[in-house]
Amino acid sequence: MKKLVILGAGTAGTIVANRFKRVMDLDEWQITLVDPDPIHYYQPGFLFIPFGMYTKKEVIKPKRDYISAPLTLIQSAVEEVDPAQRLVRLANKQTLSYDYLIIATGTDIHPEETPGMAEQEWGKSIHSFYTLETSLKLNQMLHNWEGGRLVVNVVENPIKCPVAPLEFIMLADWHFHKHGKRDRVEIIYATPLSGAFTKPVASRMLGELLERKNILVEPDFMIERVEPDARKIVSYDEREIEYDLLVTIPLNKGAEFIARSGLGNELNYVPVDQYTLRSKAYDNIFVLGDASDAPASKAGATAHFSIDLFTENFLRYVEGHELKPYFDGHANCFIETGFGKGLMIDFNYEQEPLPGRYPLPGIGPLTLLEESEFNHWGKLMFRWMYWHLLLKGMEVPLPSEMSMSGKRLV
Amino acid sequence: MVAKTIAGKTVEVNEEGFMTNPNEWTEDIAVEIAKEEGIPELTADHWKIIHFCRQSAGTSGKAPTLRQITTGTGISTKELFTLFPKGPAKKVARIAGLGKPEGCV
Repeated sequence: MKKLVILGAGTAGTIVANRFKRVMDLDEWQITLVDPDPIHYYQPGFLFIPFGMYTKKEVIKPKRDYISAPLTLIQSAVEEVDPAQRLVRLANKQTLSYDYLIIATGTDIHPEETPGMAEQEWGKSIHSFYTLETSLKLNQMLHNWEGGRLVVNVVENPIKCPVAPLEFIMLADWHFHKHGKRDRVEIIYATPLSGAFTKPVASRMLGELLERKNILVEPDFMIERVEPDARKIVSYDEREIEYDLLVTIPLNKGAEFIARSGLGNELNYVPVDQYTLRSKAYDNIFVLGDASDAPASKAGATAHFSIDLFTENFLRYVEGHELKPYFDGHANCFIETGFGKGLMIDFNYEQEPLPGRYPLPGIGPLTLLEESEFNHWGKLMFRWMYWHLLLKGMEVPLPSEMSMSGKRLV
Repeated sequence: MVAKTIAGKTVEVNEEGFMTNPNEWTEDIAVEIAKEEGIPELTADHWKIIHFCRQSAGTSGKAPTLRQITTGTGISTKELFTLFPKGPAKKVARIAGLGKPEGCV
């Protein structure tokens, strides 16, 4: 009996386990998942909660609904991985041995890493929306907020879902319009990037969109500290921005056990070959989803596309074949732009996002880098696909490798 | 891409002024680019960081991020901003003859 241990039963861990369940001979393979949290979160939904567009109920389900026999789920945190002995020590004192290990423990926010952030004003004038708890708190805050200056700040890249801060800002703009307070709200986006987004064409087009919505961008802003009582953020080059409400995307880091096990880089991400997602240090460890240092977007769509071709590649590999460099870094993201519209971007390691149509070239129905109502509905429909198809490891009718047809070079 | 003469040597640079071939780099070029970036003189601390970045890029193939520089050199972020004002990761990469740091995706 060969043993496969999967650390983390979030988006990547659950999808890959259910794919394996479909294709592996489970008389020969024992698959064990480990995760401390019994709840599965639909993380894209956290963005909508502050504005009352989704409720708590719509974004949580028990993990047990998605992981069933012969898969085993152990509810525990991970203490340490010992790659030399092929062992995982758990916080509940259990020790698991493995032939192959998949690390899918994702990335999390660390507000305590920025001085002044997670102190007396955390949850009062300083908020986030990257966890269920913080997004629910922000919902209460926005409900009662009379207006003032809203500052949205990204502490440091990379972050999970790099488009989420922009979406938050555009949804906030819409929210304040709807409630008749937009004229009492000033919105500033302070980002460590030199523009609205990472890649040139998308950055320009999104930058123009923000300008039309009267949202001010403060580029190259690398935050050093928050002064919670003075309500201002200060950058390393001593620029100061005052706020009434600060919405932060705190430093993102991988799981602590990765550092304890000596498997991570300076942000606890595991160095991998970006085309095979195999650990650079150990040839029986793979890293799926946000937990690796692959220069792809940390996003559910990327996890899904990378897993689409992973399972068969893995099965060939364990039979002694070479790994194929199969993963192209494909990501695609819906970007909510407010007022019932959205746009979409589709890109990979090599190709930056461009305007066009998706998934059918020339037809769509989704529009790339252009606002449309259909994109917004697509994003809302996606929640259904996530719970009913994606997590269960079923095929989703989207190609996993990026295609250039349907894209316009600009 | 365009050819540009820096410190008497002709090198290729991209539209943002980053050198495209790190092997064409010399210390004299670094001094010249630093001046363009508003740093009149490169001190020992500047050089320590420049050499670290070149070494790091030699291994990984890309310019290091700010956090990789602070972790790797033990120089604090605050000091980095004093040495290379405004966007140190980008500035050092340019002075060290490397591509623009990717930072994020």
